[in-house]
Amino acid sequence: MPSKDVAIIGVGQSSFVRGYEGSIKELAFEAFREAMQDAKITQKDVDASIFCSAPEYDKQRSPAGVMAEYLGLIPQPTFYLENVCSSSSQGVKVAYSMIKAGLHDLVVVCGFQKMSEISSAESQERMGRGADIQWESPFGTMMPGYYALYAQAYMAANGLTLDDLMSVRIKSGTYGQINERAVYRKGVSAADFDPTNEKARMWGPVASPLRVGDCCANADGSSCIILASADRAKALCEKPIWIMGLGAASAAVNMPGRPDFTKGLQGPHLASAEAYKMAGITAADVDVAEVHDCFTIAEIMAYEGLGFAPVGDGKQLIRDKETYKEGRIPVNVDGGLLSKGHPVGATGGSQMRTIVLQLRGEAGPMQVKDPEIGLVHNVGGVGLYSNVTILGR
Amino acid sequence: MGFEKFGRRSFMAATKVAPFVDFLAEGKIMGSVCRDCGAKAFPPRSDCVACLSPNVDWFEMPNKGTLATFSTLQYAPVGFEADAPYTLGLVEFPDGLKLFARLAEDTNLDDVKVGMDVTVRTKEYDDGQLSFEIVKA
Repeated sequence: MPSKDVAIIGVGQSSFVRGYEGSIKELAFEAFREAMQDAKITQKDVDASIFCSAPEYDKQRSPAGVMAEYLGLIPQPTFYLENVCSSSSQGVKVAYSMIKAGLHDLVVVCGFQKMSEISSAESQERMGRGADIQWESPFGTMMPGYYALYAQAYMAANGLTLDDLMSVRIKSGTYGQINERAVYRKGVSAADFDPTNEKARMWGPVASPLRVGDCCANADGSSCIILASADRAKALCEKPIWIMGLGAASAAVNMPGRPDFTKGLQGPHLASAEAYKMAGITAADVDVAEVHDCFTIAEIMAYEGLGFAPVGDGKQLIRDKETYKEGRIPVNVDGGLLSKGHPVGATGGSQMRTIVLQLRGEAGPMQVKDPEIGLVHNVGGVGLYSNVTILGR
Repeated sequence: MGFEKFGRRSFMAATKVAPFVDFLAEGKIMGSVCRDCGAKAFPPRSDCVACLSPNVDWFEMPNKGTLATFSTLQYAPVGFEADAPYTLGLVEFPDGLKLFARLAEDTNLDDVKVGMDVTVRTKEYDDGQLSFEIVKA
Protein backbone atom coordinates (compact mmCIF):
# COMPACT_ATOMS: atom_id res chain seq x y z
CA MET A 1 0.00 0.00 0.00
CA PRO A 2 1.28 3.47 -0.79
CA SER A 3 1.89 5.55 2.29
CA LYS A 4 -0.31 8.49 3.14
CA ASP A 5 2.46 10.90 4.06
CA VAL A 6 1.63 14.16 2.31
CA ALA A 7 -1.82 15.53 1.48
CA ILE A 8 -3.35 18.42 -0.41
CA ILE A 9 -5.49 20.32 2.08
CA GLY A 10 -6.42 23.40 0.07
CA VAL A 11 -6.85 24.33 -3.59
CA GLY A 12 -7.53 27.57 -5.39
CA GLN A 13 -7.56 29.06 -8.85
CA SER A 14 -8.30 32.44 -10.36
CA SER A 15 -10.56 32.75 -13.35
CA PHE A 16 -8.46 32.26 -16.47
CA VAL A 17 -8.88 35.41 -18.57
CA ARG A 18 -7.43 37.40 -21.42
CA GLY A 19 -5.76 40.63 -20.30
CA TYR A 20 -6.06 40.47 -16.48
CA GLU A 21 -6.56 43.97 -15.13
CA GLY A 22 -4.27 43.79 -12.15
CA SER A 23 -0.71 43.00 -11.13
CA ILE A 24 0.83 39.53 -10.93
CA LYS A 25 0.66 39.85 -7.12
CA GLU A 26 -3.07 40.52 -7.24
CA LEU A 27 -3.55 37.70 -9.73
CA ALA A 28 -1.71 35.27 -7.43
CA PHE A 29 -3.71 36.48 -4.45
CA GLU A 30 -6.97 35.34 -6.07
CA ALA A 31 -5.86 31.70 -6.09
CA PHE A 32 -4.14 32.05 -2.70
CA ARG A 33 -7.25 33.45 -1.02
CA GLU A 34 -9.39 30.60 -2.31
CA ALA A 35 -6.88 27.93 -1.26
CA MET A 36 -6.38 29.43 2.22
CA GLN A 37 -10.13 29.69 2.81
CA ASP A 38 -10.53 26.15 1.46
CA ALA A 39 -7.90 24.87 3.92
CA LYS A 40 -9.30 27.10 6.69
CA ILE A 41 -5.83 28.22 7.77
CA THR A 42 -4.00 31.50 8.24
CA GLN A 43 -0.55 32.59 7.13
CA LYS A 44 0.85 31.62 10.55
CA ASP A 45 0.17 27.97 9.66
CA VAL A 46 2.36 28.15 6.54
CA ASP A 47 5.98 27.01 6.90
CA ALA A 48 7.26 27.82 3.39
CA SER A 49 6.12 28.89 -0.07
CA ILE A 50 7.12 28.11 -3.65
CA PHE A 51 6.20 30.36 -6.57
CA CYS A 52 6.09 28.96 -10.09
CA SER A 53 5.93 30.62 -13.50
CA ALA A 54 7.72 30.86 -16.81
CA PRO A 55 9.98 33.86 -16.20
CA GLU A 56 10.11 35.06 -19.80
CA TYR A 57 6.61 36.51 -19.35
CA ASP A 58 7.49 38.35 -16.14
CA LYS A 59 8.80 41.87 -15.86
CA GLN A 60 9.43 41.31 -12.14
CA ARG A 61 12.83 39.87 -11.35
CA SER A 62 12.79 37.08 -8.77
CA PRO A 63 9.00 37.05 -8.24
CA ALA A 64 9.00 34.88 -5.08
CA GLY A 65 9.97 37.75 -2.79
CA VAL A 66 7.29 40.22 -3.85
CA MET A 67 4.71 37.42 -3.93
CA ALA A 68 5.54 36.20 -0.42
CA GLU A 69 5.34 39.77 0.85
CA TYR A 70 1.97 40.45 -0.80
CA LEU A 71 0.50 37.13 0.35
CA GLY A 72 1.72 37.67 3.90
CA LEU A 73 4.08 34.71 3.87
CA ILE A 74 7.18 36.41 5.25
CA PRO A 75 9.48 35.76 7.08
CA GLN A 76 8.98 32.10 6.18
CA PRO A 77 11.34 30.74 3.49
CA THR A 78 10.27 31.16 -0.12
CA PHE A 79 11.77 30.47 -3.53
CA TYR A 80 10.99 30.46 -7.22
CA LEU A 81 10.75 27.39 -9.43
CA GLU A 82 10.63 27.21 -13.22
CA ASN A 83 9.81 24.24 -15.44
CA VAL A 84 7.89 26.19 -18.12
CA CYS A 85 4.39 24.76 -18.61
CA SER A 86 4.87 22.17 -15.85
CA SER A 87 6.29 24.59 -13.26
CA SER A 88 3.53 24.20 -10.68
CA SER A 89 3.44 20.37 -10.91
CA GLN A 90 7.16 20.42 -10.27
CA GLY A 91 6.46 22.86 -7.42
CA VAL A 92 4.10 20.33 -5.85
CA LYS A 93 6.73 17.62 -6.24
CA VAL A 94 9.35 19.76 -4.50
CA ALA A 95 6.88 20.68 -1.72
CA TYR A 96 6.10 16.97 -1.26
CA SER A 97 9.83 16.28 -0.97
CA MET A 98 10.38 19.01 1.62
CA ILE A 99 7.48 17.77 3.75
CA LYS A 100 8.48 14.12 3.40
CA ALA A 101 12.04 15.04 4.40
CA GLY A 102 10.70 16.66 7.55
CA LEU A 103 11.96 20.15 6.70
CA HIS A 104 8.47 21.67 6.74
CA ASP A 105 4.95 20.58 7.68
CA LEU A 106 2.86 22.90 5.52
CA VAL A 107 3.85 24.41 2.18
CA VAL A 108 2.03 26.72 -0.25
CA VAL A 109 2.68 26.20 -3.98
CA CYS A 110 1.45 29.12 -6.05
CA GLY A 111 1.60 29.08 -9.86
CA PHE A 112 0.91 32.22 -11.84
CA GLN A 113 1.27 33.68 -15.30
CA LYS A 114 0.24 37.00 -16.69
CA MET A 115 0.98 36.36 -20.33
CA SER A 116 -0.39 39.79 -21.19
CA GLU A 117 2.28 41.41 -18.97
CA ILE A 118 4.42 41.82 -22.06
CA SER A 119 3.38 43.05 -25.51
CA SER A 120 2.38 40.69 -28.28
CA ALA A 121 5.61 41.51 -30.11
CA GLU A 122 7.70 40.79 -27.01
CA SER A 123 5.80 37.54 -26.57
CA GLN A 124 6.49 36.54 -30.19
CA GLU A 125 10.17 37.30 -29.69
CA ARG A 126 10.29 35.03 -26.62
CA MET A 127 8.38 32.31 -28.42
CA GLY A 128 11.17 32.19 -30.96
CA ARG A 129 13.67 31.41 -28.21
CA GLY A 130 11.66 28.52 -26.78
CA ALA A 131 13.85 25.98 -28.56
CA ASP A 132 17.62 25.43 -28.34
CA ILE A 133 18.77 28.90 -29.41
CA GLN A 134 21.96 27.44 -30.87
CA TRP A 135 20.59 24.84 -33.26
CA GLU A 136 16.83 25.19 -33.72
CA SER A 137 15.62 28.73 -33.00
CA PRO A 138 17.73 29.99 -35.96
CA PHE A 139 15.26 28.23 -38.29
CA GLY A 140 12.28 30.20 -36.91
CA THR A 141 10.63 27.64 -34.63
CA MET A 142 7.41 28.01 -32.66
CA MET A 143 5.63 25.75 -30.18
CA PRO A 144 2.71 24.86 -32.52
CA GLY A 145 5.25 23.85 -35.17
CA TYR A 146 6.90 21.38 -32.83
CA TYR A 147 3.67 19.67 -31.77
CA ALA A 148 2.76 19.69 -35.46
CA LEU A 149 5.90 17.65 -36.23
CA TYR A 150 4.56 14.99 -33.87
CA ALA A 151 1.04 15.27 -35.32
CA GLN A 152 2.27 14.89 -38.91
CA ALA A 153 4.31 11.75 -38.30
CA TYR A 154 1.84 10.24 -35.86
CA MET A 155 -1.16 10.75 -38.15
CA ALA A 156 0.64 9.26 -41.15
CA ALA A 157 1.52 6.13 -39.17
CA ASN A 158 -1.54 5.53 -37.03
CA GLY A 159 -4.61 6.53 -39.03
CA LEU A 160 -5.45 9.43 -36.73
CA THR A 161 -7.48 11.98 -38.71
CA LEU A 162 -8.10 15.72 -38.56
CA ASP A 163 -11.67 14.84 -37.57
CA ASP A 164 -10.31 12.92 -34.57
CA LEU A 165 -8.36 16.01 -33.51
CA MET A 166 -11.52 18.07 -33.98
CA SER A 167 -13.34 15.62 -31.72
CA VAL A 168 -10.85 16.35 -28.94
CA ARG A 169 -11.57 20.08 -29.33
CA ILE A 170 -15.32 19.49 -29.32
CA LYS A 171 -14.99 17.52 -26.08
CA SER A 172 -13.02 20.31 -24.42
CA GLY A 173 -15.67 22.80 -25.53
CA THR A 174 -18.36 20.64 -23.94
CA TYR A 175 -16.78 21.19 -20.54
CA GLY A 176 -15.28 24.64 -21.09
CA GLN A 177 -18.78 26.03 -21.39
CA ILE A 178 -19.75 24.72 -17.95
CA ASN A 179 -16.49 25.75 -16.23
CA GLU A 180 -16.98 29.27 -14.94
CA ARG A 181 -13.21 29.70 -14.55
CA ALA A 182 -12.48 28.90 -18.22
CA VAL A 183 -11.29 31.56 -20.68
CA TYR A 184 -13.18 29.98 -23.62
CA ARG A 185 -16.77 29.47 -22.52
CA LYS A 186 -18.33 28.59 -25.87
CA GLY A 187 -19.18 25.13 -27.07
CA VAL A 188 -17.37 23.88 -30.17
CA SER A 189 -18.99 22.03 -33.07
CA ALA A 190 -17.89 20.55 -36.38
CA ALA A 191 -19.31 23.66 -38.08
CA ASP A 192 -16.56 25.72 -36.43
CA PHE A 193 -13.99 23.67 -38.37
CA ASP A 194 -15.82 24.04 -41.71
CA PRO A 195 -13.57 26.09 -44.05
CA THR A 196 -16.63 27.88 -45.45
CA ASN A 197 -17.35 29.20 -41.94
CA GLU A 198 -15.87 32.71 -41.89
CA LYS A 199 -16.96 33.40 -38.31
CA ALA A 200 -15.40 30.61 -36.28
CA ARG A 201 -12.19 30.08 -38.28
CA MET A 202 -11.11 27.12 -36.16
CA TRP A 203 -10.08 25.59 -39.48
CA GLY A 204 -7.47 28.29 -40.10
CA PRO A 205 -4.01 26.78 -40.65
CA VAL A 206 -1.37 27.46 -37.98
CA ALA A 207 1.31 24.80 -38.43
CA SER A 208 0.27 21.92 -40.67
CA PRO A 209 -1.60 19.76 -39.85
CA LEU A 210 -2.65 21.80 -36.79
CA ARG A 211 -5.36 24.44 -37.14
CA VAL A 212 -6.47 27.35 -34.94
CA GLY A 213 -8.93 25.04 -33.19
CA ASP A 214 -6.18 22.54 -32.40
CA CYS A 215 -4.29 25.08 -30.27
CA CYS A 216 -4.96 26.01 -26.64
CA ALA A 217 -5.94 29.48 -25.52
CA ASN A 218 -3.32 31.72 -23.91
CA ALA A 219 -4.59 33.20 -20.69
CA ASP A 220 -3.68 35.05 -17.52
CA GLY A 221 -4.29 33.06 -14.39
CA SER A 222 -3.09 31.69 -11.08
CA SER A 223 -3.39 28.49 -9.06
CA CYS A 224 -2.60 27.59 -5.49
CA ILE A 225 -2.08 24.18 -3.88
CA ILE A 226 -1.51 23.79 -0.13
CA LEU A 227 0.27 20.63 1.03
CA ALA A 228 0.66 19.31 4.54
CA SER A 229 2.23 16.42 6.42
CA ALA A 230 -0.08 13.58 7.50
CA ASP A 231 -0.36 14.84 11.07
CA ARG A 232 -1.13 18.40 10.03
CA ALA A 233 -3.51 17.27 7.30
CA LYS A 234 -5.51 15.08 9.67
CA ALA A 235 -5.68 17.87 12.24
CA LEU A 236 -6.74 20.56 9.78
CA CYS A 237 -8.71 18.87 7.04
CA GLU A 238 -11.86 16.74 6.77
CA LYS A 239 -11.16 15.56 3.23
CA PRO A 240 -7.41 15.38 2.71
CA ILE A 241 -6.43 14.25 -0.78
CA TRP A 242 -3.25 12.20 -0.62
CA ILE A 243 -0.34 12.34 -3.02
CA MET A 244 0.01 8.67 -3.90
CA GLY A 245 2.45 8.79 -6.78
CA LEU A 246 4.89 11.16 -8.47
CA GLY A 247 6.83 10.62 -11.68
CA ALA A 248 8.86 12.86 -13.93
CA ALA A 249 11.12 12.64 -16.96
CA SER A 250 13.06 14.89 -19.32
CA ALA A 251 13.70 14.69 -23.05
CA ALA A 252 16.05 16.17 -25.67
CA VAL A 253 15.25 19.76 -26.60
CA ASN A 254 16.68 19.26 -30.08
CA MET A 255 14.45 17.18 -32.34
CA PRO A 256 17.32 14.99 -33.64
CA GLY A 257 17.59 13.65 -30.08
CA ARG A 258 14.01 12.39 -30.07
CA PRO A 259 13.07 8.80 -30.81
CA ASP A 260 10.35 7.70 -33.24
CA PHE A 261 7.90 10.57 -33.84
CA THR A 262 5.16 8.14 -34.89
CA LYS A 263 4.95 6.91 -31.30
CA GLY A 264 4.41 10.31 -29.69
CA LEU A 265 6.18 11.83 -26.70
CA GLN A 266 8.24 9.37 -24.66
CA GLY A 267 8.50 11.30 -21.38
CA PRO A 268 4.95 10.60 -20.17
CA HIS A 269 5.51 6.84 -20.57
CA LEU A 270 8.48 7.09 -18.19
CA ALA A 271 6.84 9.54 -15.79
CA SER A 272 3.59 7.57 -15.54
CA ALA A 273 5.38 4.24 -15.02
CA GLU A 274 7.26 5.80 -12.09
CA ALA A 275 4.11 7.35 -10.63
CA TYR A 276 2.03 4.17 -11.01
CA LYS A 277 4.75 2.14 -9.33
CA MET A 278 4.98 4.53 -6.41
CA ALA A 279 1.19 4.55 -6.02
CA GLY A 280 0.95 0.78 -6.40
CA ILE A 281 -1.70 1.06 -9.13
CA THR A 282 -2.04 0.65 -12.89
CA ALA A 283 -3.59 2.87 -15.54
CA ALA A 284 -6.83 0.89 -15.22
CA ASP A 285 -7.23 2.12 -11.62
CA VAL A 286 -7.42 5.79 -12.61
CA ASP A 287 -10.98 7.15 -12.37
CA VAL A 288 -10.46 10.68 -13.67
CA ALA A 289 -7.54 12.45 -15.36
CA GLU A 290 -6.30 15.88 -16.31
CA VAL A 291 -3.89 15.80 -19.24
CA HIS A 292 -1.79 18.51 -20.85
CA ASP A 293 -3.79 19.23 -24.02
CA CYS A 294 -1.87 22.29 -25.16
CA PHE A 295 -2.75 21.01 -28.63
CA THR A 296 -5.37 18.42 -29.62
CA ILE A 297 -2.64 15.99 -30.70
CA ALA A 298 -1.15 16.27 -27.21
CA GLU A 299 -4.29 14.80 -25.64
CA ILE A 300 -4.22 11.79 -27.98
CA MET A 301 -0.52 11.23 -27.20
CA ALA A 302 -1.30 11.59 -23.48
CA TYR A 303 -3.88 8.78 -23.63
CA GLU A 304 -1.06 6.53 -24.79
CA GLY A 305 1.70 7.94 -22.62
CA LEU A 306 -0.45 7.25 -19.57
CA GLY A 307 -1.44 3.75 -20.68
CA PHE A 308 -5.13 4.53 -21.15
CA ALA A 309 -4.77 3.25 -24.73
CA PRO A 310 -2.12 1.22 -26.57
CA VAL A 311 0.44 3.25 -28.56
CA GLY A 312 -1.11 4.23 -31.89
CA ASP A 313 -4.65 3.56 -30.75
CA GLY A 314 -5.49 6.67 -28.73
CA LYS A 315 -7.97 7.72 -31.40
CA GLN A 316 -10.34 4.97 -30.35
CA LEU A 317 -10.89 6.55 -26.93
CA ILE A 318 -12.13 9.81 -28.43
CA ARG A 319 -14.10 8.07 -31.19
CA ASP A 320 -15.92 5.99 -28.57
CA LYS A 321 -16.32 9.02 -26.28
CA GLU A 322 -14.60 7.05 -23.50
CA THR A 323 -12.89 10.21 -22.25
CA TYR A 324 -16.14 12.09 -21.76
CA LYS A 325 -17.53 12.46 -18.22
CA GLU A 326 -19.63 9.30 -18.52
CA GLY A 327 -16.90 7.28 -20.26
CA ARG A 328 -14.42 4.67 -19.08
CA ILE A 329 -11.71 7.22 -18.25
CA PRO A 330 -12.93 10.84 -18.14
CA VAL A 331 -10.20 13.25 -19.30
CA ASN A 332 -10.15 17.04 -18.98
CA VAL A 333 -13.77 17.39 -17.95
CA ASP A 334 -12.96 20.97 -16.92
CA GLY A 335 -12.27 22.02 -20.52
CA GLY A 336 -8.54 21.32 -20.40
CA LEU A 337 -5.93 23.74 -21.65
CA LEU A 338 -7.81 23.99 -24.95
CA SER A 339 -10.88 25.68 -23.42
CA LYS A 340 -10.00 26.48 -19.81
CA GLY A 341 -6.84 28.20 -21.02
CA HIS A 342 -3.13 27.79 -20.42
CA PRO A 343 -1.50 30.40 -18.16
CA VAL A 344 1.81 28.53 -18.29
CA GLY A 345 2.99 28.62 -14.66
CA ALA A 346 -0.52 28.18 -13.23
CA THR A 347 -1.58 25.23 -15.34
CA GLY A 348 -0.31 22.28 -13.28
CA GLY A 349 -1.85 23.65 -10.09
CA SER A 350 -5.13 24.25 -11.87
CA GLN A 351 -5.13 20.64 -13.08
CA MET A 352 -4.49 19.46 -9.50
CA ARG A 353 -7.31 21.64 -8.19
CA THR A 354 -9.69 20.03 -10.69
CA ILE A 355 -8.70 16.53 -9.58
CA VAL A 356 -8.88 17.41 -5.87
CA LEU A 357 -12.42 18.79 -6.33
CA GLN A 358 -13.35 15.64 -8.27
CA LEU A 359 -12.03 13.33 -5.54
CA ARG A 360 -13.87 15.33 -2.87
CA GLY A 361 -17.09 15.21 -4.90
CA GLU A 362 -17.12 19.01 -5.18
CA ALA A 363 -16.75 19.46 -8.95
CA GLY A 364 -20.33 20.60 -9.51
CA PRO A 365 -21.63 20.13 -13.06
CA MET A 366 -18.26 18.64 -14.07
CA GLN A 367 -18.39 15.95 -11.36
CA VAL A 368 -17.46 12.42 -12.42
CA LYS A 369 -19.31 9.64 -10.58
CA ASP A 370 -17.53 8.79 -7.31
CA PRO A 371 -13.85 8.81 -8.37
CA GLU A 372 -11.28 7.43 -5.90
CA ILE A 373 -8.05 7.89 -7.82
CA GLY A 374 -7.19 10.84 -10.06
CA LEU A 375 -4.18 11.66 -12.24
CA VAL A 376 -2.52 14.86 -13.44
CA HIS A 377 -0.32 14.83 -16.57
CA ASN A 378 1.48 18.15 -16.96
CA VAL A 379 4.09 18.67 -19.66
CA GLY A 380 6.59 21.49 -20.10
CA GLY A 381 7.76 22.38 -23.61
CA VAL A 382 7.39 19.79 -26.35
CA GLY A 383 7.55 16.89 -23.90
CA LEU A 384 10.72 18.43 -22.52
CA TYR A 385 9.58 18.04 -18.90
CA SER A 386 6.93 15.40 -18.18
CA ASN A 387 5.23 15.26 -14.80
CA VAL A 388 2.63 12.75 -13.63
CA THR A 389 0.98 13.07 -10.22
CA ILE A 390 -1.47 10.54 -8.78
CA LEU A 391 -3.92 11.66 -6.13
CA GLY A 392 -6.26 9.57 -3.97
CA ARG A 393 -8.79 9.91 -1.18
CA MET B 1 32.93 33.94 -32.05
CA GLY B 2 31.67 33.28 -35.53
CA PHE B 3 28.46 31.46 -34.82
CA GLU B 4 26.43 34.64 -35.29
CA LYS B 5 26.51 33.84 -39.02
CA PHE B 6 24.59 30.59 -38.53
CA GLY B 7 20.97 30.20 -39.55
CA ARG B 8 18.33 32.59 -40.81
CA ARG B 9 18.96 34.55 -37.64
CA SER B 10 21.43 33.58 -34.93
CA PHE B 11 20.86 34.12 -31.23
CA MET B 12 24.45 33.58 -30.09
CA ALA B 13 28.05 34.01 -31.18
CA ALA B 14 30.40 32.13 -28.89
CA THR B 15 30.64 28.35 -29.14
CA LYS B 16 33.55 25.96 -29.54
CA VAL B 17 31.83 24.44 -32.57
CA ALA B 18 31.80 27.76 -34.47
CA PRO B 19 33.99 26.23 -37.24
CA PHE B 20 30.76 24.48 -38.26
CA VAL B 21 29.86 27.76 -39.97
CA ASP B 22 33.20 27.87 -41.84
CA PHE B 23 32.47 24.39 -43.16
CA LEU B 24 29.03 25.57 -44.32
CA ALA B 25 30.81 28.28 -46.34
CA GLU B 26 32.73 25.45 -48.05
CA GLY B 27 29.47 23.64 -48.81
CA LYS B 28 29.94 21.03 -46.10
CA ILE B 29 27.54 20.01 -43.33
CA MET B 30 29.63 18.56 -40.52
CA GLY B 31 28.85 16.47 -37.47
CA SER B 32 31.21 15.66 -34.61
CA VAL B 33 32.90 12.34 -33.89
CA CYS B 34 34.74 11.39 -30.72
CA ARG B 35 38.42 10.53 -31.28
CA ASP B 36 38.38 8.28 -28.23
CA CYS B 37 35.16 6.26 -28.46
CA GLY B 38 33.92 6.99 -31.97
CA ALA B 39 30.49 8.30 -30.94
CA LYS B 40 28.99 10.56 -33.61
CA ALA B 41 26.71 13.55 -32.97
CA PHE B 42 24.56 15.94 -34.92
CA PRO B 43 24.19 18.78 -34.20
CA PRO B 44 27.96 18.72 -33.53
CA ARG B 45 29.29 19.10 -29.99
CA SER B 46 32.68 19.86 -28.48
CA ASP B 47 32.35 17.32 -25.66
CA CYS B 48 31.59 13.64 -26.13
CA VAL B 49 28.41 12.80 -24.25
CA ALA B 50 29.17 9.06 -24.37
CA CYS B 51 32.68 8.97 -22.81
CA LEU B 52 33.02 12.63 -21.69
CA SER B 53 36.15 13.07 -23.80
CA PRO B 54 37.09 16.57 -25.03
CA ASN B 55 38.89 15.03 -28.05
CA VAL B 56 36.32 15.58 -30.75
CA ASP B 57 36.83 15.75 -34.51
CA TRP B 58 34.64 16.71 -37.47
CA PHE B 59 33.11 14.37 -40.04
CA GLU B 60 30.96 15.16 -43.05
CA MET B 61 27.31 14.24 -42.60
CA PRO B 62 25.63 11.76 -44.93
CA ASN B 63 23.68 13.38 -47.71
CA LYS B 64 20.72 11.09 -48.37
CA GLY B 65 17.97 10.31 -45.91
CA THR B 66 14.23 10.16 -45.42
CA LEU B 67 11.85 12.82 -44.12
CA ALA B 68 10.70 11.67 -40.67
CA THR B 69 8.22 14.52 -40.28
CA PHE B 70 7.52 18.12 -41.30
CA SER B 71 5.22 21.10 -40.67
CA THR B 72 4.47 24.27 -42.59
CA LEU B 73 4.29 27.30 -40.30
CA GLN B 74 1.89 30.06 -41.24
CA TYR B 75 3.08 32.34 -38.45
CA ALA B 76 6.64 33.13 -37.45
CA PRO B 77 8.41 34.57 -34.43
CA VAL B 78 10.03 38.03 -34.48
CA GLY B 79 12.79 38.22 -37.07
CA PHE B 80 11.34 35.51 -39.28
CA GLU B 81 7.99 37.07 -40.28
CA ALA B 82 9.07 37.91 -43.83
CA ASP B 83 9.83 34.24 -44.50
CA ALA B 84 6.41 32.81 -43.51
CA PRO B 85 5.04 30.47 -44.58
CA TYR B 86 7.99 28.06 -44.40
CA THR B 87 8.31 24.36 -43.72
CA LEU B 88 10.38 22.73 -40.98
CA GLY B 89 11.41 19.12 -41.28
CA LEU B 90 13.41 16.35 -39.67
CA VAL B 91 15.63 14.07 -41.73
CA GLU B 92 16.64 10.60 -40.63
CA PHE B 93 19.84 9.15 -42.11
CA PRO B 94 20.51 5.42 -42.51
CA ASP B 95 23.14 5.51 -39.75
CA GLY B 96 20.54 6.80 -37.27
CA LEU B 97 21.68 10.42 -37.15
CA LYS B 98 18.98 13.04 -37.64
CA LEU B 99 18.96 16.64 -38.89
CA PHE B 100 16.47 19.44 -38.27
CA ALA B 101 16.14 22.23 -40.85
CA ARG B 102 13.81 24.05 -43.18
CA LEU B 103 12.77 22.53 -46.48
CA ALA B 104 14.06 24.41 -49.55
CA GLU B 105 11.87 27.40 -50.40
CA ASP B 106 10.96 26.11 -53.86
CA THR B 107 9.66 22.77 -52.55
CA ASN B 108 6.20 21.90 -53.87
CA LEU B 109 4.34 21.18 -50.66
CA ASP B 110 1.82 18.95 -52.42
CA ASP B 111 4.66 16.51 -53.03
CA VAL B 112 5.92 16.43 -49.45
CA LYS B 113 5.15 13.22 -47.58
CA VAL B 114 6.40 11.62 -44.38
CA GLY B 115 8.95 8.96 -45.33
CA MET B 116 9.95 10.46 -48.68
CA ASP B 117 13.59 10.45 -49.83
CA VAL B 118 15.42 13.72 -49.31
CA THR B 119 18.90 15.16 -49.53
CA VAL B 120 20.47 17.97 -47.53
CA ARG B 121 22.62 20.84 -48.75
CA THR B 122 24.15 24.06 -47.46
CA LYS B 123 22.35 27.33 -47.97
CA GLU B 124 23.54 30.94 -48.09
CA TYR B 125 21.02 33.73 -47.60
CA ASP B 126 21.24 37.09 -49.39
CA ASP B 127 22.49 38.74 -46.20
CA GLY B 128 25.35 36.25 -45.91
CA GLN B 129 23.83 34.07 -43.18
CA LEU B 130 24.82 30.43 -43.62
CA SER B 131 22.55 27.45 -43.02
CA PHE B 132 21.51 24.10 -44.44
CA GLU B 133 18.26 22.90 -45.91
CA ILE B 134 16.30 19.83 -46.93
CA VAL B 135 15.57 19.05 -50.57
CA LYS B 136 13.19 16.49 -52.09
CA ALA B 137 15.30 13.76 -53.70
